[in-house]
Amino acid sequence: MRDKYRRPDLSQSGAARLRTSAMIASIADAQDETRQAPFGEALVKLAAERPEVVGMTADLAKYTDLHVFAKAYPDRFYQMGMAEQLLMGAAAGLAREGFIPFATTYAVFASRRAYDFIAMAIAEENLNVKIACALPGLTTGYGPSHQATEDLAIFRGMPNLTIIDPCDALEIEQAVPAMADHAGPVYMRLLRGKVPVVLDRYDYRFEIGRAKRLVDGSDVLFISSGLMTMRVLKAAERLATDRISAAVLHVPTIKPLDEATIVAEAGKPGRLVVVAENHSIVGGLGEAVAGVLMRNGIAARFRQIALPDAFLDAGALPTLHDRYGLSVDAVMTTVKAWL
Amino acid sequence: MSRAISNASLAQRAYRIRRHALLMGEVQGQGYIAQALGIADVLAVSYFHAMTYRADDPEWEGRDRFLLSIGHYAIALYAALIEAAIIPEEEIPTYGADDSRLPMSGMAAYTPGMEITGGSLGQGLPIAIGVALGLRRKSLGSFVYTLFSDGELDEGATWEAAMSASTHRLANLIGIVDVNNMQADGPSTGIMAFEPLGPKFEAFGWFVQRVDGNDLDALTTAFDRARHHDWPGPRIVICDTKMGRGVPFLEARERNHFLNVGPEEWSQALEVLDAARPL
Repeated sequence: MRDKYRRPDLSQSGAARLRTSAMIASIADAQDETRQAPFGEALVKLAAERPEVVGMTADLAKYTDLHVFAKAYPDRFYQMGMAEQLLMGAAAGLAREGFIPFATTYAVFASRRAYDFIAMAIAEENLNVKIACALPGLTTGYGPSHQATEDLAIFRGMPNLTIIDPCDALEIEQAVPAMADHAGPVYMRLLRGKVPVVLDRYDYRFEIGRAKRLVDGSDVLFISSGLMTMRVLKAAERLATDRISAAVLHVPTIKPLDEATIVAEAGKPGRLVVVAENHSIVGGLGEAVAGVLMRNGIAARFRQIALPDAFLDAGALPTLHDRYGLSVDAVMTTVKAWL
Repeated sequence: MSRAISNASLAQRAYRIRRHALLMGEVQGQGYIAQALGIADVLAVSYFHAMTYRADDPEWEGRDRFLLSIGHYAIALYAALIEAAIIPEEEIPTYGADDSRLPMSGMAAYTPGMEITGGSLGQGLPIAIGVALGLRRKSLGSFVYTLFSDGELDEGATWEAAMSASTHRLANLIGIVDVNNMQADGPSTGIMAFEPLGPKFEAFGWFVQRVDGNDLDALTTAFDRARHHDWPGPRIVICDTKMGRGVPFLEARERNHFLNVGPEEWSQALEVLDAARPL
């Protein structure tokens, strides 16, 4: 239990303390290659070919990279105000009239505040609304009001909804046209701002509903989505120097889950299966994979790297990623302890 | 056609909408019949005076859209759609039955002419915002009518949409509020202080009219003005209606949100309605 009357240790010098900084802290490491606003740029590119694409937001264009689209296509951009229920209802209305709205807000607001509107106005009628939400999982140090640690758990129960959790800039660029081509509602967890590029090294192509093995290995099988794929790829490289061989299966589509590929990979004997996700341990990729394995009679050694079932601390993002086990160092320590 | 003759024909339509609704109510033995009887005149004016549509092509692009936010008013809208020949009259006995196209709560996938899935109250007006934006993007001159209830004024999303309609200057949006002053737990005005309603919408930037929702003359005038007025923003017609209208012994019943009608009372109600049928 937090004690708000206990003063922090002030003997440590100010410079040594990490700070929360911006609402959306970059998840890129200093040496990472990055691209700026991949979602916004991809949407602008798509809009040139697809006149039915429109952009909508609930007062968060700037923080979801939709401002890039708004600047390029001001007459196809709709500002709905800080009103997420309206955003989703109006998106449904535009979809009914044949448009493909990309609606953006933060993941907390879409999942917690606007759920019924997404369910009844959009998903029940299988309408063509694409929901792209920033701050998925633990990607801000602003505390539980902005940390969507349970968005996947909330949305996985919604029929008709496709859920994707892309890993890097490249995948977001490929996901945007794929979302538009898919008939029906899609929820995408969005990484915005300076987004790392990592998948270009793996001959990778995003397809909705397909998991892809990026690296093979014999001791550990990482199954991961979103930014945790970046982290486990780095962990796998470092584990190799310790003669630990780790495979990485990237699962960007949380729903529908690529059960066949997961079963094929996890069914290979002798590997520790570790599902790593930027989400609560409750109801996300880990439990989805566990269900697939149980239903298919695969009794692999199974572990989860995930956020705890708790409202998380505020603070600087690197500190929090270490604290909650999502950093590469934390992944290394955790996995070694399990082997 | 003179107004008098035209409204005589609307009175016939409203009578027949009430009749279809009572026949459907009898099939289930219960339901939101009091609301259906109350809103019948508004639906008659909407479908037989104001709106443009094609009965044989309910999804014709050039149609006016009618969004039923209040899903449980489906019995009333089915009655109007039957009268408009969008749904065959023969389907009345299937109301609320397995595999029927006429479920108890209105859903877009079940029924021709049912534009949206309503029922989760407070969603109709937000959806209408998107439809109105879409119609404008396509340069269609169609209107989107949205029927919602005084109870839905409790929902915050209704007011989000009320502000947004004004922001986007949606002159092709016509809201219709059924003020029958009765929601699930009692009189609406006692549950949330939504009055004075007209000034509220005026303050939100809407062109507001408030009429007796059971007065066909007042309704036709109001719908004409709503369509033709040069106000550059959204329009609303606030309709004060009487639940159970047309069947006095049902009008008099106090707890009428979900009306209990005795088995023998349905035929009595039909007799009363038929006896007062317009010429």
